[in-house]
Amino acid sequence: MTLHEPAALPPDSASGSVSGSALAPLFTPGRRDLRTRQSAAPLAFFRKALTIAELEVRKLLHDPTDIIMRTVQPALWLLVFGETFSRIKAIPTGHQSYLQFMAPGILAQSILFLSIFFGIQIIWDRDMGIVHKFLASPTPRAALVLGKSLSAGARALPQALIIYVLALLLGVQMNWNPLALLGVIVMVMLAAACFSTFSLVIAWLLRTRDRVMGIGQVLTMPLFFASNAIYPIDIMPGWLQVIARLNPLSYQVDALRTMMVTGSVSVNGLPLDFAVTLLVTAALIALAARLYPRIVQ
Amino acid sequence: MMSALVSLNALTRRFGDFTAVNAITLDVQPGEVFGLLGPNGAGKSTTIKMLTTLLPPTSGAATIAGYDLLRQQPQVRRVIGYVPQALSADGTLTGYENLLIFGKLYDLPRRDAARRAREALAFMGLADAADKLARTYSGGMIRRLEVAQALLHEPQVLFLDEPTVGLDPVARKAVWQRLGDIRAQTGMTIFLTTHYMEEADSLCQRVAIMSHGDISAIGSPAELKASLGQPDATLDDVFAHYTGDQLETGGSYRDTSRARRTAARLS
Repeated sequence: MTLHEPAALPPDSASGSVSGSALAPLFTPGRRDLRTRQSAAPLAFFRKALTIAELEVRKLLHDPTDIIMRTVQPALWLLVFGETFSRIKAIPTGHQSYLQFMAPGILAQSILFLSIFFGIQIIWDRDMGIVHKFLASPTPRAALVLGKSLSAGARALPQALIIYVLALLLGVQMNWNPLALLGVIVMVMLAAACFSTFSLVIAWLLRTRDRVMGIGQVLTMPLFFASNAIYPIDIMPGWLQVIARLNPLSYQVDALRTMMVTGSVSVNGLPLDFAVTLLVTAALIALAARLYPRIVQ
Repeated sequence: MMSALVSLNALTRRFGDFTAVNAITLDVQPGEVFGLLGPNGAGKSTTIKMLTTLLPPTSGAATIAGYDLLRQQPQVRRVIGYVPQALSADGTLTGYENLLIFGKLYDLPRRDAARRAREALAFMGLADAADKLARTYSGGMIRRLEVAQALLHEPQVLFLDEPTVGLDPVARKAVWQRLGDIRAQTGMTIFLTTHYMEEADSLCQRVAIMSHGDISAIGSPAELKASLGQPDATLDDVFAHYTGDQLETGGSYRDTSRARRTAARLS
């Protein structure tokens, strides 16, 4: 594989004449010539998005402390909040125990919390030259964004595992139907993609770590409390019900609740839950891909 | 006359009222090592950002390997390699992983990406450190790793933005050595910015001196020295002459902060 035609230098070349000596490629020839490899565009798109996610998984494997630290918060919610509210039976959850009702909500919450600050990472990458290098490579912008959102999913899946283990220990009746488990995995990835891309959009608009941190703090609590994560929407005041029904988190919780624990009936219906999450995520990815190049300008 | 590999035609970039790059026109021939020199804030990095498709020009045009910078961005990205000024290797990955990921982003099949990653590391003198986390590398090693990253897809032109800023003299020499090796072996065209005159003198066949967004002189280091009419003029004298002895020249707080951060990380 030759790189390009051997080049004669201008006559006034100042140093280190190359002309005359044999030029050689840097690398031993591969299976295919780089330039003939124009794999089908959609395939290359997903391959590159997966490459970005692979980068994240490799990081996690080198340093899993983040995953371990993130077990603390959901454990506290389930053990302290969950156990206490189970006792006082203040929240009407039908024939389900309160813990059974809230465990999927706590999974959705921990996904929200880890995703909403995901934009900070891209600002780190911007302050270093990493984003520049990604943007100068032949990687579609939407593939970079999708890759980042899959990365958030890769961090969210261990959370799901942890919450399943905690819930089991607390005696929550889990739904072990394989199709339901697969559905949970898909929804966990989608929910992480949804809020991490939202965070990327915020990062691209606000441009500094401090501001993204601040707005993240401001957004997490309203998103969490104005949802069906730890109480049903029916018991909220009317105005809050409206907000909760506009909140994508409510749809994610509804889907997770339906698929994770026994005895749950979906309020919205699973197709609507998935459709809303998928649509919001796709719209955010499209928006983020448009904003992406702006971060280095 | 061979057609130019990199060709800029009145390339301009404005930020509001400020003209960072003012209608610069120049050609870089295949196989050339071309240096863009200038003080901080002269427009060097802005020029490189435009040529690497990161920043759209306000007006003007450019071609790289015959591809139009504005209309054929995917093709341009395929034929260029880019080492940004800021630290761009991921410290939480090994040197090998840093390369592997980029090989895949440049459409190399997995096996080729893996093999080339090893070969590029060996070529840049990093074979022994390949499987250590990049954050354990010295500044010079990180720069060589970043150059290796940019070589994986055998670009036709390699863009280096201040490749040795913040490096100690020994590490700097090692980076020059490797760049010289790359050029000697492959004849790859190299387009770099620097404000080290010694670097430009030893690496570049031709240099352009930028000042306030304009090209104020262009030619081989020897020609530029001769143009001053002093018998033993150095490139430093040339630089001072063409940038007008500016004591303090541009370079915003943000630029300075970034350059110092880079320097701090690399040392």
